[in-house]
Amino acid sequence: MISLVVNSQKHTVDVTPDTPLLWVIRERINLTGTKYGCGIAQCGACTVHIDGKAERSCQIPVKDAEGKKITTIEGIPENHPIKTAWIADDVPQCGYCHSGQIMSAIALLNEKPQPTDADIDNFMSGNICRCGTYQRIRHAIHRAAAVMAEGGTK
Amino acid sequence: MTEIIKISRQDFIKTSAVLGGGLVLGLHLPERESLAETAAQPTTPILPNAFVHIGSDDIVTIIVNKSEMGQGVYTSLPMLVAEELECDWRAVHVEAAPVDPVYNHTQWGAQGTGGSTSVRTEWDRLSKVGTAAREMLIAAAAETWSVDKASCRAQNGLVIHTSGKSLTYGQLAEKASGMPAPESVQLKDPSEYRLVGKPTKRLDTPEKTNGKAVFGIDINIPRMLVAVVARPPVFGGKVKSFKSEKAKEVPGVKEVVQIEPGVAVVATNFWAATSGREALEIVWDDGPNAGLSTTGMREQYASLAKTAGAVARKEGDPEQTLTKAAKQIAAEYEVPYLAHATMEPLNCTIDLKPDSCEIWTGTQFQTGDRNAAAQIVGLKSEQVKVHTTFLGGGYGRRANPHSDFVVMAAHVAKAVKKPVKVMWTREDDMKGGYYRPMWYDRLAAGLDADGNPVAWRHTIVGQSIMAGTPFEAMGIKNGIDGASVEGAAEIPYAIPNILVDLHSPKIGVPVQWWRSVGHSHTAFVVESFIDELANAAGKDPYEFRRKLLTAHPRNRGVLELAATKAGWDKPLPQGHARGIAVHESFGSFIAQVAEVSVNPAGNVRVHKVVCAVDCGRVVNPDTIAAQMESGIVYGLSAALYGAITLKDGKVQQDNFDSYEVVRISEMPEVETHIVQSNEKPGGIGEPGVPPIAPAVCNAVFALTGKRIRSLPIRAEELRTA
Repeated sequence: MISLVVNSQKHTVDVTPDTPLLWVIRERINLTGTKYGCGIAQCGACTVHIDGKAERSCQIPVKDAEGKKITTIEGIPENHPIKTAWIADDVPQCGYCHSGQIMSAIALLNEKPQPTDADIDNFMSGNICRCGTYQRIRHAIHRAAAVMAEGGTK
Repeated sequence: MTEIIKISRQDFIKTSAVLGGGLVLGLHLPERESLAETAAQPTTPILPNAFVHIGSDDIVTIIVNKSEMGQGVYTSLPMLVAEELECDWRAVHVEAAPVDPVYNHTQWGAQGTGGSTSVRTEWDRLSKVGTAAREMLIAAAAETWSVDKASCRAQNGLVIHTSGKSLTYGQLAEKASGMPAPESVQLKDPSEYRLVGKPTKRLDTPEKTNGKAVFGIDINIPRMLVAVVARPPVFGGKVKSFKSEKAKEVPGVKEVVQIEPGVAVVATNFWAATSGREALEIVWDDGPNAGLSTTGMREQYASLAKTAGAVARKEGDPEQTLTKAAKQIAAEYEVPYLAHATMEPLNCTIDLKPDSCEIWTGTQFQTGDRNAAAQIVGLKSEQVKVHTTFLGGGYGRRANPHSDFVVMAAHVAKAVKKPVKVMWTREDDMKGGYYRPMWYDRLAAGLDADGNPVAWRHTIVGQSIMAGTPFEAMGIKNGIDGASVEGAAEIPYAIPNILVDLHSPKIGVPVQWWRSVGHSHTAFVVESFIDELANAAGKDPYEFRRKLLTAHPRNRGVLELAATKAGWDKPLPQGHARGIAVHESFGSFIAQVAEVSVNPAGNVRVHKVVCAVDCGRVVNPDTIAAQMESGIVYGLSAALYGAITLKDGKVQQDNFDSYEVVRISEMPEVETHIVQSNEKPGGIGEPGVPPIAPAVCNAVFALTGKRIRSLPIRAEELRTA
């Protein structure tokens, strides 16, 4: 039995300890917003926050996440400036990668509240989008940063 | 009455219950039944029977018969209905259509999404649906008030009488559903549009930002198991023998079964299934393709290209003119197999019962998938129900002519007799075939003494996509698969003597349409070679093209617009250069100007792309811009990185580390300019792809003097330090 805290809720799951956190989140806790894209930390679709840092959940054995604070896309408030910026810029197309994109973007703004394009490119390069929404991702991150600088919800 | 109709009726009744009861404009079951029974007959219903429901809560549910894979059909198609319906756009909800002949593609006789045809083929039908519904609502209000219909008008979800009184659509819906449908409808003049043509937010964005959008991979049904399949490492291979003991020892593995393409490991979860698959010991019979290699194929293609093929277009006397031309230019081009690499790997969930089968998947080809699954599981098509989820990218891959990912899941479901989700890992997806074909091209052209092209000869070598599919008879005429030569046979440039011919070798690598199909290849070749001619003629590549496009005003229009907006004549920073390309595909005309630099290591950086698009009448300009950005990135990934290669019959790439794609750090600034037009609508999901590779390569030539004739661009060829 492994106990996990996901989006402030405690879950106890009976899984093989080496199961990647991604599959426990998706299949056992039934939070399917976090996506599988590559399984080798190349695409970022599975990005979650562990103790506030962006991590690729496909690479974390579930036993290593025990006792840590895990946040998934479902744990991000609807009024978070990143989400509202994503909607304002109509960023997603197929939408599959955007849970991961948003989780990375939030982690970026936590580290660098006023990122430059270069900061964004550097931090977000681990998140692939095959629909090519990158230009809008950059714009939405700047938009959210501006809102947060003015004291918008963090 | 057939089963499908019962299912459909229950669906619609359920729908209205979900919406809080009330009507249901458009339930019109008698009409639906008659349509469903004449399955083979293409129908354009004038009634809003299958596409619009209005609830007593005023919610307007629009049933969309096209798959949403990012291209925005869950917004653009409802906009077409809502424009004529005069409903409140904020009250519009979207639902995916079930499989029913009424939802067939207007030209294909089957339900499907592709060829950038959704807006083009549905504009008329959905406009009529919206108009008819509006007229019935007005008629219902007029009858309620005992007034003349002419004294009532519809606006923003209300029918308003000249006296000022009004009723909401929800209040009128039930009565309206009993009104006779108008026998003919008068559609708005485009000048009266209030929604269509205006930038409009996508309806699906909120659920795509909070993790709630449901893709095929997210389906979870009671008692569902998860399976992965070990497939032959060589296309066409077979299982010789296998041992499953170790696989069955993996906790969570329930069953190991041999199925048509390989061995399925069925487990309680994905990790157990893949761990079990790793523990399988399989001896494969590699079959006839064991010796396939890209290098061998390339030699075969290059030698075929020196021989005459099936003629796709011939005008004048190209051979004679070439021989006599003042200047002759010849070149050979090649492009590799490409994987679609959708972000969501393929998957399909099936619940098979003795007399019914339900399928959940992100598909672009519902009717074909349903029929193929029915055949495998031994049911009638009418007993199989398909639920279309959101698609985590499609780009053509999810419209498989053999329904490969649904068929494989059906084999597994039939073997295990339990609800099962069959998943593909990224590696399965990338190595699983159905690639954009590899192509080899041999070209020659002649210029007269003034540098005008007088002859053009183009020989194309590559696999036919249509061959061996149910569409072969439709798609191949006189030995020519139209998709092999599209964009090459009908080059727009004024060249009096033209020959385009084709070889379609049969190779054991499964191929399929890949975003923009033939155009992803032909635009690169044609637009690069025309650039070579401009250079040979000593002329500016933009002016050279412009002069040859006099008879093609829409091509020339976008060419001029892109060049003007990009400041074609304006100086650039040191080490930067521009390239241009223009191409028509799917009824739309696109020109792109790419600004590039190349670092000493030979890496190409695309800084900016200015894109001009003429796609006729526009539904949602914001979607047009998004699709141009999207097509440019998709095409740029192919130009800079994309290649699927084979050695000893095996695909050498398996994930995003060996099949790289453009990341945000390489994203150029993209600027899109839309031509205002009243021409009939063109497609938009695909046409943004073709021009980017040649625009970039032409810019590289302008900068370095090195002509890229093989994709992807190789840094070693451009390295200076």
